[in-house]
Amino acid sequence: MEIDPFIFRFSIFILSIFIGYYVVWSVTPSLHTPLMSVTNAISSVIIVGAIIAALAGSSDSIFEISNIFGFLAIILAAVNIFGGFLVTQRMLQMYKKKKNK
Amino acid sequence: MSANLSASFYLISGILFILALRGLSSPETSRQGNYFGIAGMVISIVVTFLSVGNFGPGFVYVLGFLLIGGSIGAFIAFRIPMTAMPELVAGFHSLVGLAAVFVAISAFLKPEAFNLGIVGNIKLASLVEMSLGAAIGAITFSGSIIAFLKLRGIMSGSPITFKGQHLINLVLGLAIIFLIFYLCMSQSSNIFWSIVIISFLVGVLLIIPIGGADMPVVISMLNSYSGWAAAGIGFTLENTALIITGALVGSSGAILSYIMCKGMNRSFFNVILGGWGATEQSSNSENKEQKPVKNGNADDAAFLMKNASSVIIVPGYGMAVAQAQHALREMVDALKKNGVKVSYAIHPVAGRMPGHMNVLLAEANVPYDEVFELEEINNDFANCDVAYVIGANDVTNPIAKSDPQSPIYGMPVLDVEKSKSVLFVKRSLSPGYAGIDNDLFYRDNTLMLFADAKKMTEEIVKSL
Repeated sequence: MEIDPFIFRFSIFILSIFIGYYVVWSVTPSLHTPLMSVTNAISSVIIVGAIIAALAGSSDSIFEISNIFGFLAIILAAVNIFGGFLVTQRMLQMYKKKKNK
Repeated sequence: MSANLSASFYLISGILFILALRGLSSPETSRQGNYFGIAGMVISIVVTFLSVGNFGPGFVYVLGFLLIGGSIGAFIAFRIPMTAMPELVAGFHSLVGLAAVFVAISAFLKPEAFNLGIVGNIKLASLVEMSLGAAIGAITFSGSIIAFLKLRGIMSGSPITFKGQHLINLVLGLAIIFLIFYLCMSQSSNIFWSIVIISFLVGVLLIIPIGGADMPVVISMLNSYSGWAAAGIGFTLENTALIITGALVGSSGAILSYIMCKGMNRSFFNVILGGWGATEQSSNSENKEQKPVKNGNADDAAFLMKNASSVIIVPGYGMAVAQAQHALREMVDALKKNGVKVSYAIHPVAGRMPGHMNVLLAEANVPYDEVFELEEINNDFANCDVAYVIGANDVTNPIAKSDPQSPIYGMPVLDVEKSKSVLFVKRSLSPGYAGIDNDLFYRDNTLMLFADAKKMTEEIVKSL
């Protein structure tokens, strides 16, 4: 019997949870706020789904209801991507080491 | 672009996202990590355009909307003050949640665009995945909105509880599961919409009973939910980048919630079921006889600290509210000029989100190697001359170590009372969030400085 492709994706999912577990424990507590903002930014990779939804169908019917939900999702995800990465960058710029005298 | 090629690129994006989180293990590598994250995102978006391959008028609109959203995001990111980070993160979570809901709706309305079958006959596995993604996304959205309103102060931070609350949540939760099951049999769009609407309601009900100071747990939890929602959509779209990212974000949020709960010595369920301060307050306010308190002013504080050899600063949420971090840094500079050794002690749940205090101190140019976590610094209080407590309260309360009856018993606290003298900047003697009196106020070695945290710190700078 053939293995359902779902099982492969599920394996990726479970293994990624483990990777996440070990990687996040190694994050220093002082960077927990940037951790939240950067995880927020990368979870906006959901924009991939939004783009597919927005571009679905033929070119003369780009404003069907399902496309509109796609466009809305693109705006939301884009706010997050730019906002998330930029605010993380801004925060990380502030972390400075003591100047050696 | 062939499906196999694009899948390989999505895998690369996933790896770049893992490296982005890995970079945060130290401040030196963190900026590089952020660039990995950005690279992963760019690859994902470009590959998606290439694999859809539709560069008609729709493509122009997509780019346009991307730029509109992007400029809004960039504008917010540059303008937001660091003290408002908790609400910003809560707000951003709500957007991820809503985006997940919209993508799921779109996939339900037009399954053929995603290779999921046709309307009225969507693959069962995809139906389960998209409805789970939509449900978790909707909970994330409405929950984050409530968290945002509470953090912003638009809604009261005190827990809102009513009779039968947990029962209602349970019933609604079961209803969602039942409806998903029913959706698989009927493929009816009404059922799908009901799932979305009930989930919005659950998000609201889940967060309203949770009080202001438990927000670190709530934000981490919603962070986790936004990840699981993304993973659900990732399964629907059969997209590895989304599945990997969803799993990473989901486990990251879960770990942060765990760390926050441990910092309060409470179980996750205890926090989620809510209403800590609300229940304990009554019993404790009665035995509050007038105890003598030593009251000092800025000159006394300046004198004490100037003649100390080491000072530990304990910041809390009050410092964020008063925006006192810059004044604090000036005070520390003045002290250092006098040859005083100064360090900062941060409790895991200080502030309204994980790492909140660290960001504020970093903003005020405090080098991160002067800032220590609870376990690193707690033994140093015994050898320190002055502890300067600014805007913190419950996290310093020695009752957590001595009184098993106390609601905060067992919570890890900073051993502030062991230092030779304690300076407590506070507006009044009122109890903190847990609703219990802090024994530290009445100790012989404590000097209370009744004032706004920022004003008091500025006055101390003047008298130094």
